[in-house]
Amino acid sequence: MKHLIILQEGVEMSNCKHVHTEGQTHQLLVNNLEVAYRSDTVLKDINLSAHCGSSLALVGPNGAGKSTLLKSIAGLIEPKTGRITWAGEDNVKCRGGEFAYLPQHEKVNWDFPITVQGVVEMGRYSQLGAWGKFTKKDDLAIERALDLMEMNGELAQRQISELSGGQKQRAFIARAIAQEAHVLLLDEPFTGLDREHTANLSRLLRKLTKENRLVIASHHDINTLTDTFDQILLLNRIVIAMGECRDTLTEENLNLTFKHASHV
Amino acid sequence: MSDLLQMLDMPFFRRALAAAALIGFTNGFVSGFVLLRRSSLTLSALSHTLLPGIVVVVLITGVLNQAGAFTGALLASLIVGIASITVTRYTRLPQSTAIAIFYTAAVALGVILIPYAHTSQNLEQWLFGTIQTMGDTDLKVFFGIACFTLMSSTLFMRPLLLTLFEPNVAAVQGVNVRRMNYLLYTLMIFALMASFQAVGPILSIGLLVAPGAIISLFTNNTKWLFWGGGIIGCVAAVLAVIISIPLNIPTGPAIVLVLGTLFLLAYISVTSRKFHSNTSS
Repeated sequence: MKHLIILQEGVEMSNCKHVHTEGQTHQLLVNNLEVAYRSDTVLKDINLSAHCGSSLALVGPNGAGKSTLLKSIAGLIEPKTGRITWAGEDNVKCRGGEFAYLPQHEKVNWDFPITVQGVVEMGRYSQLGAWGKFTKKDDLAIERALDLMEMNGELAQRQISELSGGQKQRAFIARAIAQEAHVLLLDEPFTGLDREHTANLSRLLRKLTKENRLVIASHHDINTLTDTFDQILLLNRIVIAMGECRDTLTEENLNLTFKHASHV
Repeated sequence: MSDLLQMLDMPFFRRALAAAALIGFTNGFVSGFVLLRRSSLTLSALSHTLLPGIVVVVLITGVLNQAGAFTGALLASLIVGIASITVTRYTRLPQSTAIAIFYTAAVALGVILIPYAHTSQNLEQWLFGTIQTMGDTDLKVFFGIACFTLMSSTLFMRPLLLTLFEPNVAAVQGVNVRRMNYLLYTLMIFALMASFQAVGPILSIGLLVAPGAIISLFTNNTKWLFWGGGIIGCVAAVLAVIISIPLNIPTGPAIVLVLGTLFLLAYISVTSRKFHSNTSS
């Protein structure tokens, strides 16, 4: 982790706004992406295209580069080669509103003195900037996100360190939803959720897709892939296969993805 | 009470009170950031490193003054900070381990060199604070630091909180995380420099950690962490000046002791409240 080159400069709030409108399609393009941590190549020859109004699952073994690909798309890692664009604009310029990112939750400072409601409110900071006041619209977005993730009422006022693993995950997803971003980049969003909340999140991701958003998530459970995602990308440092779930989930592709430790 | 009123007539006492209020508030406010950044250990190491820095300056120049002490302290903390980052980058050692080795080695060097540092000024006074000898210029500097701290953290509170909570998510939300980290370091170093004069390098970390820790026991509201910390730091420092000067005990250690006592009382209050609510339910 310490060898990651994190891009953190030169970005102002709301550089790139492509308001999600029904019927209007924006495209995410990844061209010849290569990412390396020092001499270790983590991703190589990655090419993919996805558009808003669809969902894409990243599937692969541990160390396949799923989290790295999500961070690269989010503009958090500088690629060695290649380019990522969203709606024709460089992805780094699209930070600050267009993308919402859900990290793996062990990376978060859970001792932070903040309630669930406070965490979800943070999702609105991209829209509000450093000094903007909360409006009725912001309050509604927060309320909706809390409702969708069943985190309203007493749970909303609870200190985040008092939440269970699944509740923490739901609070963070609610924050990503409150952001009303065009592209949701979710790293293991189903981790820690029980069956009921897994089904609920699966329905919610479908709903967000219908609202013309692009959902990209790393995912482990092959059995539930088709219920949630339109497309699948099998990854093991290189793209093994990508396409509709039904066509891509073949035994041969799964063997190629999971039976070899590394393809680079 | 009449003694206190009499003392208020003395300019040195009024200046000490004003300095305590300003330094206590600034450190208390910034202690919220120290707590959220979980950087108490690093700051503690850096504050201890100030000691050998001062001693080396005295050895080289033969005098102990404010400018020399600041320069020595700053250079020593920079050397330890950069050395620990370099070791962390090229080995698998965590930064806390590297910094622990360098700062203890630096303090050891300082202790060995103290007998050779002959100066007419009182080195002990520098090590444990000189709040009673504050001049008008010192007060102006502390006022400037307090204003800068309040203005910059109020203006950038949202991006600062996003950065402290999860820097990657903050960056995706459009926050310039690197600039926010620079701002946080600047705020902490300014606060450390102010407390350096009040309680000395050895105890300065107490003033920069305790107020935030005390208020965090009572609140889930991040805003209160800063303002509450500022108020606690200010009250504790002023109280320590009022107690210590008539009793002729060193003010620097008194400030840290008052804060330590407040922390203990807060801890007892919170845990007994939890105990009572558990037994009644």
